[in-house]
Amino acid sequence: MSRANESGNHKARKAKRSCRLFLVSWLPDFLLIFSCIPFFLIHSSSAADVVIGSKKFTESYVLGEIAKRSLTNAGIPAEHRQGMGGTIILWEALRGGQIDAYPEYTGTITQEILKTDRASSLAEIRASLAKFQVGMTEPLGFNNTYALVMRRSEAQRLGVHTISDLQKYPDLKIGLTHEFLNRQDGWRPLRERYALPQQNVVGIDHALGYAAIANGSVDVKDAYSTDAKIEQNDLVVLDDDLQFFPKYEALFLFRLSMRPDAIGALRQLEGTLDEKRMVRLNAEAGRTKNYTAAADLYFNVEAALAPRPSGRSGPSHIGESFPHKLARWTLRHLQLAGFSLLLSVIVGIPLGIVASRGGPVGHGILGFASIVQTIPALALLALLVPLPFFGISVRTAIAALFLYGLLPIVRNTASGLQDIPRSLRESAVALGLSPMIQLWEIYLPIASRSILSGIKTSAVINVGTATLAALIGAGGLGEPILSGLDLNDHVTILQGAIPAAVLALLVQWFFDLLDRVLIPKGLRL
Amino acid sequence: MSALVRLFDVSKRYAGTAALHSTNLSIERSRTTVLIGPSGCGKSTLLRLIIRLIEPDSGRIDFGGEPINLDNIDNLRRRIGYVIQEGGLFPHLTARANVLLMARHVGKSQDEMRTKLLELCELTRFSEKLLPRYPVELSGGQRQRVSLMRALMLSPELLLLDEPLGALDPLVRASLQKDLKEIFAQLGQTVLFVTHDLAEAIYFGDEIVLMNEGRVVQKGSVTDLRERPADPFVSEFINAQRGIATL
Repeated sequence: MSRANESGNHKARKAKRSCRLFLVSWLPDFLLIFSCIPFFLIHSSSAADVVIGSKKFTESYVLGEIAKRSLTNAGIPAEHRQGMGGTIILWEALRGGQIDAYPEYTGTITQEILKTDRASSLAEIRASLAKFQVGMTEPLGFNNTYALVMRRSEAQRLGVHTISDLQKYPDLKIGLTHEFLNRQDGWRPLRERYALPQQNVVGIDHALGYAAIANGSVDVKDAYSTDAKIEQNDLVVLDDDLQFFPKYEALFLFRLSMRPDAIGALRQLEGTLDEKRMVRLNAEAGRTKNYTAAADLYFNVEAALAPRPSGRSGPSHIGESFPHKLARWTLRHLQLAGFSLLLSVIVGIPLGIVASRGGPVGHGILGFASIVQTIPALALLALLVPLPFFGISVRTAIAALFLYGLLPIVRNTASGLQDIPRSLRESAVALGLSPMIQLWEIYLPIASRSILSGIKTSAVINVGTATLAALIGAGGLGEPILSGLDLNDHVTILQGAIPAAVLALLVQWFFDLLDRVLIPKGLRL
Repeated sequence: MSALVRLFDVSKRYAGTAALHSTNLSIERSRTTVLIGPSGCGKSTLLRLIIRLIEPDSGRIDFGGEPINLDNIDNLRRRIGYVIQEGGLFPHLTARANVLLMARHVGKSQDEMRTKLLELCELTRFSEKLLPRYPVELSGGQRQRVSLMRALMLSPELLLLDEPLGALDPLVRASLQKDLKEIFAQLGQTVLFVTHDLAEAIYFGDEIVLMNEGRVVQKGSVTDLRERPADPFVSEFINAQRGIATL
């Protein structure tokens, strides 16, 4: 047997420095790339002097937009974080300082925030709120109370005019928003007061509920009395003949520590919006999906009375072009997914190394990571929100995404290491290499394919799951998806959904490229 | 003759079954000692005990007169070369990186490493042109030559070979057997060689240690084993393989 034969007919390949230190050299790069992100995230909430929040429905968007315009007109840089969620989320965000002001309703304040049953005067409410360092403007001028609505044709056919009339028709299907179903002043006490017999009650998103009532999937739904869709969908408001619903006068809540000129600017809005006008603004906003334009309508009327100062506008999103908005959403989305992925990698690989050694600790780690993975992403977010450090913040979104991304990395690191043949492990030991060198130069590089595929899985999951971050006001491509869902506007939904899907594909592709750089050549031949 | 390795009453059990009964054995310097016996006779266990891949349940192993323990094992491993059947080459490292791995970590100079590497290529008849290749780009015989270079890189006092030729086709195997024997002679190397093939044992063994069911049955030259069998098993084992051995 000659050496020539033995050498076979392989082409001689160019010598390339081995990837023995691939992780050592790779991790710092990774850290460098993402190191700027935490700073951005910490400072992100204070990009403008004043941050206005709004709830997830048209009127709240419009009021938020009006407040922002009022502030910027007064020369105060202001930002409007649209559709952050429901009452509790906005209230917590206000108290936590993530926002400085948001539109609220008197009935909601007494029932949901202060949790008192008796009707309180404005002065009493103001005194109670002051204990939380929260102030309140005078009412803006309209009462947007809850109401039950029906299709006009159906109501006429059955002769239903009041809520009491519903007692006669136990078979009617009722579709209610999740918030109304669970509110202390919501469905349960309403049903008791009116002794309503209906059994068929379902929870449904507010905007989708209008589609449902229009096509007959439900017969009765809850609505706000200034909701423009009542007119548009040819619905009638049932008379609250037992005066169940409290007054819901719109006003602004703000932090008492907010700059005084900002408080002054909000107070200029007091008493300027009657119900008729609000319905018109809501209708305009609902029709055009353009809240800025609806706010314009408010200010154009005002402008005739008091000319608007032409000072610089704050860092606003007014008239923001679609590419610009898309870039903003995408950037934030990548920051959310990227930073949480980085954390998952930093924590997941060491945990995977420990888990690969088996034993009770190893099983414990894998078990914990698997359990976290089985919690629906939405539930994980919801579980983190009440915790002291988290609340309604980007932190919470990142923490949830981090936990979510952990399992694939831990599991793949552990299995990648466990799959290394015993002969290779023993060779490393028999050479006399120290345990650290064995790990860094032998085991981790050999397991790199598996580890990277775990990271890739996490990245794709995180890009998808990060859309949920918008639920707690953390932004990203979920923002258009959620507001689109909320407004029943498919175009807006797709503006978020398509880029999110494309992003996931790009991430997948990027990691396929990364494989070629990071997996040692000897393992790819 | 002085012994480099001595085993005193060393035993090892796996899950209640004795892999190695209490055993005494010495490995003489500058000689090739071959451990032979059927599968599961304990020959690989004995080898793995010496390099401490497994811990003995009882007894003591001395290396160069010094008892092996967990404190000195890492230093001793650098004085022992170890080659296994599949080569045990790290797939993510080139042939060169595999050979130099340990030398790099003990701080050998570049010059020293280059000189030694060329010397080993010459010795093991491995073409320098193949050094940049990855294990998967090499044939089985080439891989074993690289594995041997890696084991010899730090000029070990003891070379442990665990069926190093077991996975090779007969032609490559014959060529490597010849080269190995020359290398051992040239280096005056102390070798402990495990095989289950009697012909190979006879070809290499200055001393043959026949094992069965976790015990050393007989130690001696091939003539001793053939003409003065200590046990009926010795004759049985030799006769069973004779047909092949004389081919």
